[in-house]
Amino acid sequence: MRRYSAFAIAREALRYHQGWERAWASPDPKKRYDAIIVGAGGHGLATAFYLGKNHGITNVAVIEKGWLGGGNTGRNTTIIRSNYLQDPSAAIYEKSRSLYETMSQDLNMNVMFSPRGVIMLAQTEHEKRGYLRTAHANALQGVDTEFIGPEKVRQLVPIINIDGPRYPVLGGLWQPRGGTARHDAVAWGYARACSAMGMDIIQNCAVTGIETEGGKVKAVNTSKGRIETGKLALVVAGHSSELAEMAGFRLPIESVSLQALVSEPIKPCMDVVVMANTVHGYMSQSDKGEMVIGGGTDGFNNYTQRGSFHHIEETVRALVETFPMISRLKMLRQWGGIVDMTGDRSPILSKTPVGGIYVNCGWGTGGFKAIPGSGWAMAELVAKDAPGPLAADFGLERFREGRFIDESVAAGVAH
Amino acid sequence: MLILECPCCGVMADETELAPGGEAHLTRVGPEGSDADFESYLFDRKNPKGVHFERWRHAAGCGKWFHAARSTVTLEVFGTYPAQVTEPPKALLATIAKKVPGWEGWQ
Ligand SMILES: Cc1cc2nc3c(=O)[nH]c(=O)nc-3n(C[C@H](O)[C@H](O)[C@H](O)COP(=O)(O)OP(=O)(O)OC[C@H]3O[C@@H](n4cnc5c(N)ncnc54)[C@H](O)[C@@H]3O)c2cc1C
Ligand SMILES: [Zn+2]
Repeated sequence: MRRYSAFAIAREALRYHQGWERAWASPDPKKRYDAIIVGAGGHGLATAFYLGKNHGITNVAVIEKGWLGGGNTGRNTTIIRSNYLQDPSAAIYEKSRSLYETMSQDLNMNVMFSPRGVIMLAQTEHEKRGYLRTAHANALQGVDTEFIGPEKVRQLVPIINIDGPRYPVLGGLWQPRGGTARHDAVAWGYARACSAMGMDIIQNCAVTGIETEGGKVKAVNTSKGRIETGKLALVVAGHSSELAEMAGFRLPIESVSLQALVSEPIKPCMDVVVMANTVHGYMSQSDKGEMVIGGGTDGFNNYTQRGSFHHIEETVRALVETFPMISRLKMLRQWGGIVDMTGDRSPILSKTPVGGIYVNCGWGTGGFKAIPGSGWAMAELVAKDAPGPLAADFGLERFREGRFIDESVAAGVAH
Repeated sequence: MLILECPCCGVMADETELAPGGEAHLTRVGPEGSDADFESYLFDRKNPKGVHFERWRHAAGCGKWFHAARSTVTLEVFGTYPAQVTEPPKALLATIAKKVPGWEGWQ
């Protein structure tokens, strides 16, 4: 792999940019791999990366039915934060956030991580008490957050309507080290690093069946033929139930559509991420100047990457009330992604009823921020056939044992 | 926009008038059930990419529960039917089998 650097740009500028090599190879699948990862989203690619980097396992294929990063990884609004309530969440999300800080260097790819700060607005007394509780929990967990009053919110976000008639801003949970990153670059960076380690990233190749023998995984059938493996990681977000069905088990997952939209680009007006969970909307400004907007999920099972219009209407209505100056912005694009929801709104990193098959799913509306930490924890689970400390609490058995990691009350809005 | 006919009051209601209630025809596990039975009853879901039988409530209308059969891929509605049954009507199953080649049945 030729490294990207200022020097490389200068060198290429002098020779008409003829020397850039392909970022990753597109090989045909081999007959057998030590480990196969299904799904080349951020989580699948990060799992492959840490299998190689932390555990020295590089005879690995990542199989993707579409193009890499074309699932939720390329459809999200890129908010990165770690101010969750429960200890297991704080551990994995904070690990992840801290890995984002050095990701550009680690992957030699500029992922444009921008720790601009994230505010979650408190707009009811109940919400305020909830965030005070989270701030105290975060202090104990070593996650840097702070509850700030309305004056500080006004300073940080001058365009906000602090004294709105329905939901005045009573303060907010402020995580100064949270922020955003460029989602495509995260996927591309991992793909390039995995390819450089000798791993095969196989795009346009759908897994259509899973072969097992004696309760253990044997091979996968794909649109490019049969491939054998001893370890199979299913990292397919909204399609997890489909893959689990192929392997003969069910998951506590329901797939629903989550939408986002962006406005026309405008001059810089807001340099932090603002989430308004009571009114159900959130917004940040991209480096291009677009206002990036998201809201809630649709309520019913859905595999169409579109979503219902009335949800956008509700989100935009809430945000116009919170930020009156955006009322005349034109919206440029809208899209949806199929998100994988669990009952406790926490992810699943787990062994499964089939030997050698592992699942990483359930990140739902908020897994972009978790990509590096999840890959780190998942690689350990796959390599050692046992979860390490970061993944231990996120096993499937928590549903049977009633040990939920309840984040549904801690974060009322999708992100 | 998703539109379902409420079999209780006959209204064609759009999704803003309805509340989704998730997978239909789950058999409730009694006090004698094992932990595994409870786990699958409470949490494990088929979540199919295709034909889905589900519960809905006509929340902003007559307030009653009913069932619907719907494709989660095309949003095509195959039919709605009353809540007081433990499995989908035969006629509806036949319609779906005709419309969706290769469909492996509702269970
Ligand atoms: C609109 C929206 C906004 C969001 N905003 C945020 C946010 O601000 N912050 C945040 O942290 N998170 C956010 N999320 C959530 C985040 O995007 C996801 O949790 C995360 O990207 C999931 O990554 P993944 O790698 O697990 O899944 P994906 O990126 O979806 O990758 C799964 C891959 O599996 C592939 N696949 C599926 N079936 C098969 C098969 N049979 N064979 C081969 N490949 C298959 C798919 O094609 C896909 O590429 C948002 C999501 C959406 C939809
Ligand atoms: Zn009705």
